[in-house]
Parts: sequence; structure tokens; C-alpha cells
Amino acid sequence: MIKTMLKASALSLALAASLGVTGAPAFAQEVVYNRGNDTDPSSLDPHKTSTVAEAHVLRDLFEGLVVYNAAAEVIPGVAESWETSEDGLVYTFRLREDARWSNGDPVTASDFVFAFRRIQDPATAAGYANILHPIKNAEAINSGEMPKEELGARAIDERTLEITLANPTPYFIELLTHQTGLPLNQASVEEHGDAFTRPGNLVSNGAFMLDSFTPNDRIVMRKNPNFHDAENVQIDVVNFIPFEERATCVRRFEAGEVQSCSDLPSEQITELRERLGDQVRIAPYLGTYYLPVKVTKEKFADPRVREAMSMAIDRVFLADEIWQGTMVPAYSLVPPGINNYVEDAPTLEYADVDILDREDRAIALLEEAGVAAGELTVDLRYNTSENNKNTMTAVGEMLRNIGIESTLTEMEGATYFNYLKEDGDFDIARAGWIGDYNDPQNFLFLYESDNLGFNYPRWANEDYDRLMQQAETETDLAARAEILAEAERLFLSQVPAIPILYYTSKALVSPKLEGWEDNIMNVHGTRFLSLSN
Amino acid sequence: MLGFVLRRLAGAIPTIFIVVTIAFFMIRAAPGGPFDLERPLDPLIMQNLNAAFHLDEPLWRQYLLYLGNLLQGDFGPSFTRRDFSVADLFAVGLPVSVTLGGLALSLALVVGASLGVLAALRQNKGADYAVVGIATFGITIPNFVVAPILSLLFGVWMGWLPAGGWGTPAHMVLPVVTLALPQIAIIARLTRGATIEALRSNHVRTARAYGLPTRVVVVTHTLRAAILPVVSYLGPAAAALLTGSVVVETIFGIPGIGRYFVQGALARDYTLVMGTVVVIAIFVVIFNLLVDLAYALLDPRVRYER
Amino acid sequence: MQMRLDPAADSDDLARSIADAGPSRSLWQDAWLRLRRNKAAVASGLVLAFFALVAIFGPALAPNPYDRVFPQYVRVPASLEAYPRADSIVPEFESVLARARVEVGDISLDGGTISAPIVSGSGIDPRFTRFVERSNLFTNARIVDISADETRATMVADVARTYFFFGTDANGRDLFARTMIGVRISLAIGLLASLTALVIGVAYGAVAGFLGGRIDGVMMRFVDILYSLPFIFFVILLVVFFGGNFVLMFLAVGAIEWLDMARIVRGQTISLKRQEFVQAAEALGVKPGGIVRRHIVPNTLGPVVVYLTLLVPKVILLESFLSFLGLGVQEPLTSLGVLISEGAANMQGATWMLVFPAITLIVILFALNFLGDGLRDALDPRDR
Repeated sequence: MIKTMLKASALSLALAASLGVTGAPAFAQEVVYNRGNDTDPSSLDPHKTSTVAEAHVLRDLFEGLVVYNAAAEVIPGVAESWETSEDGLVYTFRLREDARWSNGDPVTASDFVFAFRRIQDPATAAGYANILHPIKNAEAINSGEMPKEELGARAIDERTLEITLANPTPYFIELLTHQTGLPLNQASVEEHGDAFTRPGNLVSNGAFMLDSFTPNDRIVMRKNPNFHDAENVQIDVVNFIPFEERATCVRRFEAGEVQSCSDLPSEQITELRERLGDQVRIAPYLGTYYLPVKVTKEKFADPRVREAMSMAIDRVFLADEIWQGTMVPAYSLVPPGINNYVEDAPTLEYADVDILDREDRAIALLEEAGVAAGELTVDLRYNTSENNKNTMTAVGEMLRNIGIESTLTEMEGATYFNYLKEDGDFDIARAGWIGDYNDPQNFLFLYESDNLGFNYPRWANEDYDRLMQQAETETDLAARAEILAEAERLFLSQVPAIPILYYTSKALVSPKLEGWEDNIMNVHGTRFLSLSN
Repeated sequence: MLGFVLRRLAGAIPTIFIVVTIAFFMIRAAPGGPFDLERPLDPLIMQNLNAAFHLDEPLWRQYLLYLGNLLQGDFGPSFTRRDFSVADLFAVGLPVSVTLGGLALSLALVVGASLGVLAALRQNKGADYAVVGIATFGITIPNFVVAPILSLLFGVWMGWLPAGGWGTPAHMVLPVVTLALPQIAIIARLTRGATIEALRSNHVRTARAYGLPTRVVVVTHTLRAAILPVVSYLGPAAAALLTGSVVVETIFGIPGIGRYFVQGALARDYTLVMGTVVVIAIFVVIFNLLVDLAYALLDPRVRYER
Repeated sequence: MQMRLDPAADSDDLARSIADAGPSRSLWQDAWLRLRRNKAAVASGLVLAFFALVAIFGPALAPNPYDRVFPQYVRVPASLEAYPRADSIVPEFESVLARARVEVGDISLDGGTISAPIVSGSGIDPRFTRFVERSNLFTNARIVDISADETRATMVADVARTYFFFGTDANGRDLFARTMIGVRISLAIGLLASLTALVIGVAYGAVAGFLGGRIDGVMMRFVDILYSLPFIFFVILLVVFFGGNFVLMFLAVGAIEWLDMARIVRGQTISLKRQEFVQAAEALGVKPGGIVRRHIVPNTLGPVVVYLTLLVPKVILLESFLSFLGLGVQEPLTSLGVLISEGAANMQGATWMLVFPAITLIVILFALNFLGDGLRDALDPRDR
């Protein structure tokens, strides 16, 4: 019986083909996109996430007030338009009429208010609640000093949302692209509690909806028929596959089992480029890799010593040889290509000087500071990872050229980051920062003196703090950019942390996958992609 | 016999209790916590998180809390995979690891034992040297080298099998072979040694002297004795294999529980690590018991009627 | 053997000589004879002796120091010929002179010497040579024929010949030297951990077996509990605690690995306890401590040695597993495990990074296994 049926369908297929009929619905195959991701999300509850891998998943499941398009430009999402009050403090969003949850309910302003209150509620223990702290009273609510109803966000009617800020925050719209700004379906969260993220329970408003989630295996999402732009969504099923081992993703990509990889092993880049050509995508990324120097230690107290070390580091060698071109030499803390910044962004003034001349100057600087050759020994500390190891080995070698001896100390991840944060007794460490939003403040705030969680060197500079304060209240974007640039110039003259590399986003993209545009935020919503055979 | 099994199982409870206690305090003594990430959290948020997971309470109270939950069969929520409880994770991962480990073990047993007997019967001849050589080779290459080579060879270059992932029987072939290789090697060596010994024993010599064909002697007299060392090796080996392999699961992208151990320990996912410790301890206890019972069945001299 | 004058020791020695007159000495002599007849075992012993020598002297004799970085030779393939390759010398000379910001005339390469006329508007600076010196390709750079107005001269340098028999790694370090230091570290780790396990295991097992009864029960119960504690868990925590100190860590690994050893020794002890020479010693009034030390422990050494030759490779492989997790030894030191796990990551582009350390490890482990087999056969009393 089965055999005959197969025959019959084969016949009709042949018939259809011969008649030139294409896409007969009975035979339409689902378009399935196997998408490599860095890891599994720690949760599908946007309030419990923080990483880039999680953002990729949530971007497909949910839609915020504004979203990034394929080129990482901010476009309207659930909000169709918005207005800002003159003092820059009140934003009024008009929501689109056809915004729907996957269960068919309309997406309303109160869904946003609910989500914004929930993320600030201390009981939620949201890891990234501070992203939305610019909203009025958010910080007080988050620390339990105020009831969450006091939050500066209210639903004027079903389709009008008003958000009041504590300070004018010129990058606020940019901020709302972050996963912390996503709405939640109040009814479903209240009904299921913590289990609202389970397949079957999760109600989402993005281009896709959750089908299943098998840890360490895949997250399956199906196209959401209620999505307002569903007709333009080309892919029916997305499988997000976690790859802790980047080389595994490359093998499965080459075997045709996945159509994109979200990261690549840098040690294979040269070969991959030869083999796969422009399927290898390396694009500038909003992130910096730097070496914090413990400035509170006697031996590093003199900025000249830090500057000398910074001069001696050959960033081109690190980027091209150690990282095989998957990093870019860095001469500033704020990566280039960022929004809301000055045209001619500050850099280390010796960026273009030849490394040998820089070494001469460095040796002279050390002499001025009273450090003789061989007198200074520094410990280079890093967390476990092949490239950190190779980078620090090379840095040690470069410091030796100016008469500074070094030792290497490796620590395993959780121990390492705890140690840095808790004012550990390191000399020079490594750290990196990927921007959460496209604004220089997101990099410069790292070195405010009261930012104990991030300011590993414990560098305290009153002028810097004052400039950062000033930038916070400045509403004129150009003037604010000038102030921030002034702060960065100060930072670079003191180098409490030595910027050495900018990150790039690395991906493998199959030629079958269309619509993948390289961009500085490394965002690639599946709704903008299509898959051909 | 039944009494013996029950006594042993009852005796296992304090063992597991002590294991849980040691593991609990050891993992807590490790520096860093589940929320020490590369991107540090705001101190305020850290406080909220610690409160939500009871990490702000004194350690002894957390211990009692954990024990209390464990007694009710609750392994607690995972710190790093917050949509799942530890029990959920095992419900998905354990069957995968057991399938994989079970297949690898069966393969290793069949191939390893055959090779071992073959080598023993041809002692100090070409076939013997070949088997011993291959077996040694199998133990010496780390599986993190074997796994990517197999995946590259059969998955990417030849395209015969999936390069990674999980779902169909085809997905199982490469990981099972990778897991089985060192086991084949060890089992072949053990079987060879034991078979040679058994072949020299008096009752086998007698049987041979009576003119019984070699095949009959091997099957009826030798194997029974030769299987004992293999069985005592298999106990711990099976417990280890069935609870997953970090390397194989990571390289082939398999959703087993082997990875949770390392992921959990490195990320300080306390509940996940503890869950893994408990599961592995239970497996070890059960397989030790099975080994003892197998001994009783195979070796008439052993009796368990204390 | 120590001579002591107190009577207890005398009686002890008497008992010992009685025992020694028995099977004990001839067991070892016999085993030695049998081992020497086993070709595979002898060959393995020689191989191991060779690697021991490599471990001790190799790093000092290698053409390059194991931690020297050659920035111009990152990831170059293995070769018996000296680097640099002929076609890379001239471009490199050109590029280093460009960095010195001088105009370069025709470059001539004559055997091991390279030279080129240089012109500099701002005057010839003797420090120009360091741009050449800094490159790994050249040594002994000098400026000759300086013109009267000091704007023209000739830069001359010797081409430095460097050998990388095993190629170089991702930092441009000589893999040959690194493999040798890796052999040193891996063998040291294997021995260190195994010896720790040996000491603890033998002492524990002998005491438990000798005392017997309730004490034995409690002691072996403790071993059972440790068995159920997952091993990887211990090891990862040890890495976390001792991350900076590898020696300490492997002492600790050895301190976990003693369980099997204790079981083996205990079993042996129980059967030895019933033998005549032990009972004779007891009858002569030797104290229990003396009996364990002088009679029990030496006689359990056969199986212990066999187990030890199998434990060493196990520890070496364990170290390589830790390296796979990224928890290996500290730079700039390395181990075979670290080298292999780096090699596995670079397998497709830089095969040599995997092949040479892997072959070295395989040969060492082969030798250890065959030696272990040979020892077992030689010490098997039933085989005589």
C-alpha cells in the first residue's frame, strides 16, 4: 500500500514538473535553517540573560519597541513612531496596531510596562537590569527602596506607552534594541510563573515561536503566523544549535549540516579562508580587548611606566600572527565605528610610530621614571583559553625588549573573574568588553572610580569622573561627544588599562543563506534571512 | 542472595550521604561563584541573585536545605540553565548518555573479547602481536584526537556519516566507535591474559588431554574463567561510560550528561555539579553490586551468605 | 639493609635472612632473567631510557631554547633543512629596511651574506642595523662603505640559519625543543603522581591487610566511599585550587590514584600474612611495624610494579585530558598533553603540531605498556 502511494506521488510530482507547475502546496518543503550559536541561552526569559548568544535567540523570538535590521540600523519594531519631549526626558511611543503575540493577543503598552517593572523587581534578580536604569526610579526599585509601580513607564492607552527617564540619555532608543527592552505577555507569565519559558507555555511576539528546547542539542523555532511581517519571513523553521567547540561547528558546516556558524577557531582562519573563501565573514565588532594594570601598586603608580609598556606592545603582530587577522590592532578604548562620538576619535599618539622607535621611547620613559632594565618584573595573568595564552606569551616577549621581565599565570574562568572583581593582587591581567549598546558611554563607564565591578585596576581619577558626570546630563549630542572624547583622551594618557585589540565578529555563512549583512553589532535576525537550495 | 542485595543497597545510603557531604563542601570551597562571569554584574544585581538562590545564607543552612530537598528527590534548579531544573537536565541527558555508553560498551565487549581470545589462542604468533599492538595503540591515542579525525574523515571528506549532532542512528556511529576504541583495547588485553592463564589451568589441560576440540574447550571451560577479570573491570568502566564522556559529547555535540560535570564545575553551577555527583555515585554503587553478583554467578567458589 | 645493635633488630634481621634464603631473592633474580629474554620488554626499556635521557638533556641540547619566540617563523612546517627559505630572504630584507625608512638599492644575496646599498636623506644612522638584527632571518648586521656626506652606505648582514625539525607553534617557538620539554614534564608528572600513589597505597593497603578485622573493615570502607566520588570532580577542583602550581596538583592527583594500589596491596598482604616466613618472624618477636616494613611490603612489590607501569601512562593521559579542557601546565612550560591538544586544534592547517607530539606520546605509552606486560609475565609465579 505504501509503495503504491509513493509511486503515485512520484508520478504526480513528475507530472507537475512537466507541466511547469512549481511550489504545489502539497509538496512544498519546509525551509529549515540550522543556525550555529555559541552556547545555549541560560534562559529564554529575557530578564535572565546577558550574553550575545542569548541575544541571537531572543531576537528571533521577541520583538521590542525598536529593532535592528539586517544592517544593524535601528528600525521601528512594535512601536511605529515615537516622540521625545524637549528636555529629552519623556519618550512617547505609539505601538503598531497589528502587533500580535503568538497566541493571537494584541501586544499592548501594558505588556511593556509589565516587563519593565518585572526586570527591575529585586525578586526577579535580573542580571542586566542596570541597562534600563536610565528609566526614572529604576535603580531605586531594583535595590528594593521603592515599589515597582513607581517606575517611569506607563501605558496611556492600549497603544500608547510613555517612558520617563531620570537623565536625558541620548542613546536611549539604541538601548531599547537590547533584550532587556523586550515585552512579556503578562497573562502567560502570571499563569505559568517561572515555567513560562517552557515550550508550549512561551508566548512570544517575534517572527518565530518556540517549538522545543533540548539542552546542549538545539532550540527549534517555527515561524509565527501572527507576526505582523510574517509574509516577508522566508524561513519556516530555525534550529539554534549550540557549539561549545568551535571546530565542531566548522566541520558540520563543511559537511552541509549547518548553514552558519557564529564563531570560528582563530587558529584555523588562514586555512578556512583558503578553503571557503568569502563564506568566512570577519567584520569589525563593537568590542575591545585590553590589559588592566593594577595602578594601586607602587611599581605601576607612575603613568610613564604604564605608557612605556603600552608603547612596547606590537599590536600588529598580535592581530596578524597570534590571532590570524581575527582581531584588529587597537589604540583606544572605544572601538571605531561607534555612534554618537566625535569624528576624529582619540587614539594613543604613538599608534603610527614604528615599533622599534616606540621601544626606544619606552626605554627612555622607563629611565625617566627611574626604572632600570631588568629591575621590573611583571606577572601577566589570564583566564584559560588558547588565544589568551598565546597573546600573553607574545606580550611578555615584547616587554622583554624594553627590559621588563615577565611571568605568566593562568587561572580558570570563574576563579579568574572573581579574583579580578574582588581586587585581586594581579600585576597585569586581560579583560575584554563587548558593547551592549552603540554608544561610547558603554565603554568609558568601565573606568569610573566607583565602578568597582569593572574597574579592575582600581584607577581613580577625579577629572575623569567629573567628565563622565558632565556627559550624563548633557543633552546636546555633539557637545556630549566632545566631553566623552576628552575623558577618553585622559584615559589614554594614563593607560590604567592598555587597549591592545578590537574584537571582530567571525562567522561562516553558507552561500545558500542570503541576507546576512556583516555589521558592527553582529546582529542577524533570522527574519531578514532566506535560504535557497 | 536477595538479602545480600538489600544489605548492600542499605549500606550504600551512608556512602552516598558522605559523598554528597564531601562534594558539597568541596565545590563551595572553590573560589568564585556561579555569577562570576566575564562580564561582571552590578553589585546590586549580584545581591538580588544571591538572595534568589539562597547563596546569602550561612553555608550550613544551605547544606541542610540541599540535603532536605535531595531527600525529597529534588535536585534543585540549575544556576546556569535557569529554564531547567537539574532533574529536567538529567531526564533529557541521561538516556542519551546511557544509550551511547551502552552501545560503546557492547561493541567493546564483543570486539575486545573476540580479539583477546584470538590472540590468546595464537600466543606469540603474528596475530597475537597484531592484536596486542592495536590494543596498545587504542589506549595511547587520546580521544580528543580520535574524535575530530573520525568526524573529519567520515563526516566532512567522505560524507558517509553526520559530522556531529544527535537524533538518528547514523549520528551514533562515530561517537560510539570513539568511545569504544580504548575499551576494546583494554578488554582485548584482559581477555587475552585471562584466557592464556585459563588455557594453562589443570581442568583445561585435562579437557584437552581427553581430546576435546579446541573450540569446545575454549567455549565451555576457558571463557567462563577468562570472563572474571573482564567483569571486574567492567563494573567501574560501565559506570563511567554510561554517565557520559565530556570529550566525545563536546566534540560531536551530543546532549548527554557528561558535559554537565565539567560545565557545572567550571561555571560553579553548584546544584548541577551536585546532581552529577549523586548520579555517578549511584551508578558506581549499582555497578559494583552487579559485579559482585556476576562473580557469584560465574565463580562457584564465591558465596554471599554472610 | 641497615645493621643495628639492639636485639630486636637482630632478631628482625635473622628473620629476614631466613626469609631471604627462601624464594624472595631468587624471585627477583629469576624475574630479571625472564624479563631479559622478553625482546619487546627489553626494547621498551631501552626506549624509555632514551626518553629519560631526552627529558633530562634534550632541552639543553636542542638547537633553540623551548621558550624562544621567533616572530618571523610563526607556524612554519617541520623541515630538516634550515630556515629561512631562499625565496623569503630578499623580501624580508627589503621590508626590514623599509621600516628603517631608507631607500634601498639592488639587493644582492651571496651565499650566506646579503647586502644592499641604502640612501637616507637625514644621514646614515648606525642604529639602522637593529632593524635588521631584530629579524630572525639575519645576524651580524653592519653598515659599510659610508659615503663622505653620510647619506649613502651599504647594509650587509649574514643570513641566520635556524633549524626547526618539528616546525614551530602558533607563537613561533621551536616545536622540537618544546616536544622535549614536554617529554620532561609529562614523564615527571607521571612519575610524581604514580610515586605518590605508590607510597600512600602501599602503606594504606599493607596496614589494612595486616591489621585486619574491624580496622581493615573501616579502612576499606573509606576506600569504597572515595571510589564513588567522581574522579573528574576532584581533578577539576584541584586545578581550581592549585591552578598555579602543577607539582602540587599532581601530588594531589597521586593522592587520589592510590585507591587501586591500596586494594592490590591489601589483598597481597592478607595472603602473605598466612605464609610461614611471616609467622616465623612473628614467633621471633618482631614488632608488627617491622614485619610490615621488612616482610610484607617487599613481597607485594611484584604486582605493585606492574600496576605502576600502567599507572604512569594513565596519569600522562589524564594530564592530556586536562589540557583538552584548557587546564594544563603553565606557560612557557608545556607537556605532551598540552602540545597534543594544541595540535588537535591546529590539525587541519598545521599537521606537524599534532603529529610530532602525538607520535612521541604514543611511543612512550607503548613502551610503558609493553614493559608493564613484560614485568607481569616475568613476575608471574605460575609461569615458572
